[in-house]
Amino acid sequence: MSWLHLMIFIPFVFAIFVPFVYKWFSGRVHTGWFVLAAPLAVFLYLLKYIPSISKGETIRLELPWMPSLGINYTAYIDGLSLIFGLLITGVGALVVLYSIYYMSKEREALHNFYVYMLLFMGAMLGLVISDNILVLYVFWELTSISSFLLIAYWYQRKNSRNGAQKSMLITIFGGLAMLAGMIMLSMMADTYSIREMLGHTNRISEHLLFFPAMILILLGAFTKSAQFPFSIWLPDAMEAPTPISAYLHSATMVKAGIYLVARFTPVFGGTSEWFWIVSCIGLITLMYGSVNAVNQKDLKGLLAYSTISQLGLIMSLLGIGSASLYFGYGEESTVYAFAVLAALFHLINHSTFKGSLFMIVGIIDHETGTRDIRKLGGLMSLMPISFTLTIIGSFAMAGLPPFNGFLSKEMFFTGVLTVFESPVFGIKSIGLLFPIIAWVASVFTFIYCMILVFKTFMGKYRPERLDKEAHEAPIGMLLPPIILSCLVIVIFFFPNIVSDHLLQPALTAVLPQFAGAGGIEVNITPWHGWSTELFMTIGVVGFGVLMYRSLKKWSRLYGYFPQALTLNGIYNHLLAGMERISLKLTKQYMTGFVRDYLVYIFTFMIFLLGWSLWLSNDLSFDLSNNAPIHLYEAGVILAMLIAALTVLFSKSRFTAIIAVGALGYLVSLFFVIFRAPDLALTQLVVETVTAALFLLCFYHLPELRKERSSIPFKFTNLLVSLGVGTIVTLLALSANNHRLFESISSYFEDSYTLAGAKNIVNAILVDFRGLDTMLEILVLCIAGLGVYTLIKLQLAGRDKK
Amino acid sequence: MKPNDVILHSVTKVAVFIILTFSIYLFFGGHHNPGGGFIGGLSVASGLVLLYLTFDIETVRRNIPVDFKKVAAFGVLIAIFTGASSLFFDKPFLNQAFGYFNLPIFGKTELATAVLFDVGVALAVIGTAVTIILSISEDG
Repeated sequence: MSWLHLMIFIPFVFAIFVPFVYKWFSGRVHTGWFVLAAPLAVFLYLLKYIPSISKGETIRLELPWMPSLGINYTAYIDGLSLIFGLLITGVGALVVLYSIYYMSKEREALHNFYVYMLLFMGAMLGLVISDNILVLYVFWELTSISSFLLIAYWYQRKNSRNGAQKSMLITIFGGLAMLAGMIMLSMMADTYSIREMLGHTNRISEHLLFFPAMILILLGAFTKSAQFPFSIWLPDAMEAPTPISAYLHSATMVKAGIYLVARFTPVFGGTSEWFWIVSCIGLITLMYGSVNAVNQKDLKGLLAYSTISQLGLIMSLLGIGSASLYFGYGEESTVYAFAVLAALFHLINHSTFKGSLFMIVGIIDHETGTRDIRKLGGLMSLMPISFTLTIIGSFAMAGLPPFNGFLSKEMFFTGVLTVFESPVFGIKSIGLLFPIIAWVASVFTFIYCMILVFKTFMGKYRPERLDKEAHEAPIGMLLPPIILSCLVIVIFFFPNIVSDHLLQPALTAVLPQFAGAGGIEVNITPWHGWSTELFMTIGVVGFGVLMYRSLKKWSRLYGYFPQALTLNGIYNHLLAGMERISLKLTKQYMTGFVRDYLVYIFTFMIFLLGWSLWLSNDLSFDLSNNAPIHLYEAGVILAMLIAALTVLFSKSRFTAIIAVGALGYLVSLFFVIFRAPDLALTQLVVETVTAALFLLCFYHLPELRKERSSIPFKFTNLLVSLGVGTIVTLLALSANNHRLFESISSYFEDSYTLAGAKNIVNAILVDFRGLDTMLEILVLCIAGLGVYTLIKLQLAGRDKK
Repeated sequence: MKPNDVILHSVTKVAVFIILTFSIYLFFGGHHNPGGGFIGGLSVASGLVLLYLTFDIETVRRNIPVDFKKVAAFGVLIAIFTGASSLFFDKPFLNQAFGYFNLPIFGKTELATAVLFDVGVALAVIGTAVTIILSISEDG
């Protein structure tokens, strides 16, 4: 266990203590102060890696988890994981600080909130730092689950529950698809380690499963990163408390899909399928998100759609950049590699400005009581600091100088222009579509950024529409967005510090052929002459202003789109249909009668055992080696038969119980004859106790009556009982006749020297197979508690009536 | 009318002692002879059930104020902890040890950690069996 592993587990360890801290200091100290230590510590620890990572080193530490299955928790840090690690913990620390002021310590269930949040933080850290794909998958699902819990944090609200359900269904669906893809991948590469897969890329790309595995893994990434058409869960996830929206649904979790695509680019990249799918889905998402964001009335909804569109932007850049692998190492590959650099750069920038914007929207919500654009307005003089921060955040998002968004937006234009200028994969005239879509989407981005600033802060202040008297937020709440906004500006002026220390190492992780060169030669500058990119930006601003001015005239067009055709409509239809069908299907076989269920169970058993006996051709038995049957043995058998038949034909339950008991005692007699005293003793005692139990149970039942039941019913019962009897007999006989391998019983004969016990049976129970026994008593205990709760609940229910 | 069960009462008072003593014998004898935690526990449970059948539940509960659910849970915990204790000696989980010691009265005696594990098994069995029977008999 290294320090690094320990650091990943810190959030989980903190999560254990949060409920206690909450209880001890409840009402006095905000639990958030305690939680704040976790991300801060890990963030500072990860900073330590920057020097060595920026030199091109990578760190790999192994922690055995299930070594026999080849599953080890291998921590692997390269540039890519480091960027994500720093974002997760850095933004995490700020969000925790923000939440201390946002979440009231008197009213909210803070222990739940912080436990879920720490759970998420740990899972996300584990996800980006693990090299083993199965471990990665486990953490991946853990982020989905913690996101579900956080969205449903205010579970009293119907919208929260629906949003949580939607995000759960979609992301878990993607996660399962991804698991299948990863299993295929590990079959092709014969390893679970992503590092080692990179060594087998040739073998993987020629494999038959290459394409299915790619699609499945992309499904996972696209659902998580809210790409079209899976994007519908993200706007609904805005029901979560705002710190969570800022953290999970803009800065970190939704970027897990980006991480996955970047991580698997060296494996799948360089093929035309990967290029087309990733870049096209990215562009569609970019367009879809930005167009829809303009029509939002809720500030958080607007930010949600803008997040979708920005994620699409990053995704499309990664798709374009993957073409670099196709060219190998050369001039053209460098041109395309620039797109990957842009993607990584925009990833960081987006986290800074979007995190800050979410926090400010939270502040507006907190201080005015509403997030509805139609009610807000004129807050500029009342909340000057928030206004400044919003300007910084949204102008960065719109791609204006002097903010970091300008740089990455320019780089994005360069990336899409590359596709047009140096075509790849048979793009000819279609290549022109890339810059066009990018430009149009940018215009819409510009418009919603303007809406965010001007509809909220300009115009007329109308206090009568607000629930509260608007005023500026406390400094603790403003501090996190201030820090993020400072970063937005600092990165604009010193982009190459970020580029050299974080982006270049990450680039070599995504495109390993640049590893030798230590990245690509690039100098990010705000001013690079009167280039096409700059003209595109000027066009965006000019056209955007015009469109924003005439917003009222054309925004009516949104209303014409039929409601049933929206993605949400389709989702709702699917969900309702699924519920209807499963209800119908379940009603078919869940009759509520135990006897029906027993028929299912036994029929299934008969067919399964009979079928496998038939298939394996093991149905053979040979009686010649058996010991002769003595007369007294035959006598006991006869007595057992009589006892069994007595149960069938007895007139009262009492007789039946006694006959069953007799049958059991006769079986134990057999154990005595075959010299198994332990079994005999156990059987005797079990029989005694069960007889008592039966008596107790039957005491409550009505008198045994002659039952009038239909012939088919009786016939089914007869068939089932005969079938079970036959199958079990056949199985016992043929089991005796097969020796598939050497008997291991001689090992147990040494029990005196091995375990110091002369009684082999007991030595097996408590020593050789101790785990079996332990789990058996656990099961027994659980069963006992089950009976207890069932009956107690029933009694309680009866009392209520 | 209360049923006359003087004979049952008198026999039970003696028989329970015999059953419990025999169970303890079975339990400790398990290491070398037929018996062990499972059987020992079950026969204790059968003795207790006999008590419950003869005298009513309330009487027995007053005299043996034990929550058998807790007994079962306690048994499972003992089994797990004795199993885990081997981890402190750098041995695999559930590794059992035994040794021979000279004790004052018993002379040379074998002591085995397996017996501790067996105590857990026995308690779990007793607790579960009695819990189930008590819950069912209370239902009515």
